Amino acid sequence: MSGTKKETGFTFTIDGIEVTAYAGQTIMEAADEAGVYIPRLCDHEGLRHQGSCRVCTVKAGGRSVAACTQPAAPGQAVENETPHLTKMRRDLVEMLFHEGNHLCPICEASGNCELQAMAYRLDMTEATKFPYLEPCRALDASHPDIALDTNRCISCGRCIRASQDVDGKGIFGYVGRGIHRRVAVNGENLADTDAEVTDHAISAEVCPVGCIIRKRVGFAVPIGEREFDKGLIGHDIEEKRK
Amino acid sequence: MENGHETGNGVAAQVCDVAPVPDAELAAICTRYGCDKHRMLDILREVQDRYRCIAPSTMDRIAAGTGLTRIEVEGVASFYSFLSLTPKGRVTIRLCDDIVDRYSGLEAVSAIFEEVLGIRIGETSADGAFSLEVTPCIGMCDQAPAAMVNDVVLTRLTPETARAAAEALKAGEAPERIVSERFSSLTPHERALHMVDNNIRHAGEVLLGPVPEEAGLNNAVSMTPAQIITAVEDSGLRGCGGAGFTTGRKWRFAASERAEKHFVICNADEGEPGTFKDRVLLTERPHLLIEGMTIAARAVGAREGILYLRGEYVYLRELLEQVLEERRRRGLLGKAILGVKGFDFDIRLQLGAGAYICGEEGALISSCEGLPGEPKTRPPFPVNRGYLGYPTVVNNVETFCHAARILDRGAKWFHAMGTEGSHGTKLFSVCGDCLNPGIYELPYGHTVRELLEMVGGGEAAAVQVGGPSGTMIARDSFHRKLTFDDLATGGAIIIFNGDRNILEIVEYYMSFFVHESCGYCTPCRVGNVFLQKAIQKFRKGLANPEDIDYLKELSGTIIETSRCGLGMTSPNPILSTLKNFPLVYSAVSKPSKDGIRDTFDIQSAIDGARKIAKRRSYIFDKDFTQ
Ligand code: SF4
Ligand code: SF4
Ligand code: SF4
Ligand code: FES
Repeated sequence: MSGTKKETGFTFTIDGIEVTAYAGQTIMEAADEAGVYIPRLCDHEGLRHQGSCRVCTVKAGGRSVAACTQPAAPGQAVENETPHLTKMRRDLVEMLFHEGNHLCPICEASGNCELQAMAYRLDMTEATKFPYLEPCRALDASHPDIALDTNRCISCGRCIRASQDVDGKGIFGYVGRGIHRRVAVNGENLADTDAEVTDHAISAEVCPVGCIIRKRVGFAVPIGEREFDKGLIGHDIEEKRK
Repeated sequence: MENGHETGNGVAAQVCDVAPVPDAELAAICTRYGCDKHRMLDILREVQDRYRCIAPSTMDRIAAGTGLTRIEVEGVASFYSFLSLTPKGRVTIRLCDDIVDRYSGLEAVSAIFEEVLGIRIGETSADGAFSLEVTPCIGMCDQAPAAMVNDVVLTRLTPETARAAAEALKAGEAPERIVSERFSSLTPHERALHMVDNNIRHAGEVLLGPVPEEAGLNNAVSMTPAQIITAVEDSGLRGCGGAGFTTGRKWRFAASERAEKHFVICNADEGEPGTFKDRVLLTERPHLLIEGMTIAARAVGAREGILYLRGEYVYLRELLEQVLEERRRRGLLGKAILGVKGFDFDIRLQLGAGAYICGEEGALISSCEGLPGEPKTRPPFPVNRGYLGYPTVVNNVETFCHAARILDRGAKWFHAMGTEGSHGTKLFSVCGDCLNPGIYELPYGHTVRELLEMVGGGEAAAVQVGGPSGTMIARDSFHRKLTFDDLATGGAIIIFNGDRNILEIVEYYMSFFVHESCGYCTPCRVGNVFLQKAIQKFRKGLANPEDIDYLKELSGTIIETSRCGLGMTSPNPILSTLKNFPLVYSAVSKPSKDGIRDTFDIQSAIDGARKIAKRRSYIFDKDFTQ
């Protein structure tokens, strides 16, 4: 942290913990630096904030806001891990499960999947009450190195922003609206685009679920030794505070 | 199945089979809009109008012509209802499917169209001549059932008039000729009046009574911007679109923001089912509206303005273009307005393309920028960073008209009308089960009962105040007042008599929100579908008492976590009827016996498996005699 930044810093609290922030920082950015984890799915380090999954909803000054887009404000009291907010977040995560087709036991993202890990973190232990929407979307395996199974897509748009802003390509985009809104590629299919397996958008860290698949690398790390098999999602951030 | 329908690329069956559009023609269309990607909606509208389809090959070339990628073009083309990736008929008939239209005989009318044209709703005839569709509320609830035939509006359809219209169209008659034999010799204003009645039932003092020309603007030019803002603030005027933000404060915020440019945008995208007041102002008071926008421009220092007209009101385009042109000629728009040096302001008309969400301030700005109509992240607010990143004032039609009148007659005059906190008059658009549907201009503060007496709605059993996102009240609440503090409304009053099925109305409103959600955020995109499905369960008599808690909880999550006003109010039809009509819900929900859910129907659950296996289940089908 540079000296000048420190001068303009101010503090606020998250669940009573004092956190320092700088002008222009979002609640989530400040929380991350302070080692307080706020659950999120559509937000990802190094990418523009989108504010669409709403899993990061916190209460700030009595109002519910998305922590990933809401600027931090001096003296504000933010609520993060309350039973009420956990319940809202669980509802949202359940909505995402029910919107797509998720069969974790046969999915190659199991153990590395942020949606699955978020369900564990939020204690999604009971049978869900929402109806299943069971979409039927074509699998796009046209590309020699990449496959796309949007049946598991949670519309987080991370691939869109990574491709546009990091790779400078624009391979992905949203089409349609409402419940029909979904991610599509810039052409007839993936092979018709200039996607490469080395793109940041295609890397393992961008797609939080098992939707963007790199061919021939599945199950290289066995289940049981995968990222979220070792600790709850967010533990890396929380460790900063210990 | 709601979710089974997929839009966009990757779906093989949806290949566009129209003749390819020549490159030169697409290039000409792009050039007409300066190859500006921010004019994408205009470009796509024109392609759709002329070629009845935005085919994948055209998207590639439009992308090349505007410096975008194909997926960006597809994102816009697939967002708006009036744009289509598959070919539409040369004549596209859109029947208005509002609940009021349904209760006014839509079914019989659509049956006639289907019969005469030989296609069903949702289909296009094999020769490419006709498409028949339904569309949500087109702002004609006072003369339902109504329809759009290309850019022409037909109202008060009956099976007889529908047959005559369909047969004329089939015989090759132009849609305009159905409205009038001499359509081409009519003025734009006469054309509008031939299609649509304005049904002004009660003219108040501010908007619909006698209005002197340019009186407000004449005063405004001799005032400083700060004085104008103070006058609007002192009048107590609040935004008339529904949210009710203080207009003067909005102008003050925008004016105090230092920037290279400022913008003034008029939101003429009233899409709330049951609302049609702006339609009347746009037809009868277009000069007053532009006068108000011009005053706002002077107040905040804007040189450019946009009038965003909902796609459903395309029949008013010519009229508005003519008014803008006339004002330019008279020195009321353009450079040095009224001869005042440095007072420059002009307005472009931006037509929408069928998306309710574009009535939301941020989504409307996105749409003006040539993007899909998605709300913007707040903060920053439009008054700080709006259209193309510049400070922008967005007000609705009625608000601008009020502002012009305030500058004419003074803040005190306006402030004295209405009630504490709700000053001035308000236009109410009244429709449904009453004798005199139409527009009523009244000071704030009347009770619902008083309004019902005025409109001949004595039979009312339920009144929807403020459209689907508002409140549905029962007889025991008719004493409540139409003000911001009690029953706030953008103006829609929909009256239902005792014969109407409340749950049918609620289900209609929920499907409206499902259809109109932009899909950006999880709770609104997905949650509203769940709410809609849950209401269907009640309607089928499959609900348990616990399902009432489910409705409340799910509604709570959607309201609290949604990103914009649509999701924050979409559960209102359910919540307000649960509160005001509890018996309706308890009457159709039965407790389950022995903890086994009555609602689970094993027969239909295994139906898919039966079909695949091509045989019946030995365990669960034992009652079948085959
Ligand atoms: S994407 Fe994640 S949640 Fe979905 S099936 Fe795979 S592991 Fe499970
Ligand atoms: S493909 Fe993956 S990264 Fe892209 S929107 Fe879907 S879930 Fe997010
Ligand atoms: S609440 Fe609905 S309309 Fe608003 S941003 Fe979210 S999905 Fe879009
Ligand atoms: S992480 Fe904030 S809305 Fe998705």
